[in-house]
Amino acid sequence: MNKIISLISGVIFGFGLTVSSMTNPAKVLGFLDLFGQWDPSLIFVMIGAIVVSSPFFFLTRNKTKPLFAQSFSIPEVKTIDTKLIIGSSMFGVGWGSAGLCPGPAISSLALLNNYSLAFIVSMFLGFLLAKVFN
Amino acid sequence: MNIVNFTPFAAFTGGVIIGLAVVLFFIGNGRLAGVSGIASNFLTSKINRTDNFLFLIGLIIGPIIFSIFVNNEIPFLITDSFTSIIFAGLLVGIGTKVSGGCTSGHGICGIGRFSLRSIIATITFILTGIVTVSFFG
Repeated sequence: MNKIISLISGVIFGFGLTVSSMTNPAKVLGFLDLFGQWDPSLIFVMIGAIVVSSPFFFLTRNKTKPLFAQSFSIPEVKTIDTKLIIGSSMFGVGWGSAGLCPGPAISSLALLNNYSLAFIVSMFLGFLLAKVFN
Repeated sequence: MNIVNFTPFAAFTGGVIIGLAVVLFFIGNGRLAGVSGIASNFLTSKINRTDNFLFLIGLIIGPIIFSIFVNNEIPFLITDSFTSIIFAGLLVGIGTKVSGGCTSGHGICGIGRFSLRSIIATITFILTGIVTVSFFG
């Protein structure tokens, strides 16, 4: 059952990214162009997603088990350190250069374009290179 | 600052749909739908590899369903050179791995859980993203 949940969650997530046009790098760069031609849409995507999910995180806080798995996997790291700041900054620079982040990049593979593919291959390489920083 | 191309209704609706996916993945499988984590774990870890693979395949199926049932035209506009796309991909890969999350993991799931770590990460990548676009966009 959890395999089906994984697939359906991914499909719904990808559908939502498309509805909100987050699969379009130009749309994302519009959000980051605060001092130019600003498109505030992305913040509404985040608000919509947080408004829906936040109550469920709160309601399940005392539950020990999800429906189809043995336990909840929630990150235990709570530290705010230089790795968090440096990593997020590197991500921000990459995000602002291409207008692509991991979710939309993978979804936009559906549009069969070489840019998304090149981005994903180098992102995967980046995941491996991150060991050097850790 | 000029406000252009603003589509609050479509953005909010898409966000709500993404939120439903986050809820399903969490109450069903007990996991957070952070795409950088799912993608990097798929690459480097045997744990939940099939689940991670299915989620990533689902991400690609989503737009296909949209194009069949809603609108055939899904805009995708990129003006960068191939070289800068590769540079951007490397930074996104290293950065999300080092900081433990991206727009979905920190920006949606983390903020939804009121994680201070994720709130700080999100502010940092939005600010550095804005700086990057302002100076190099």
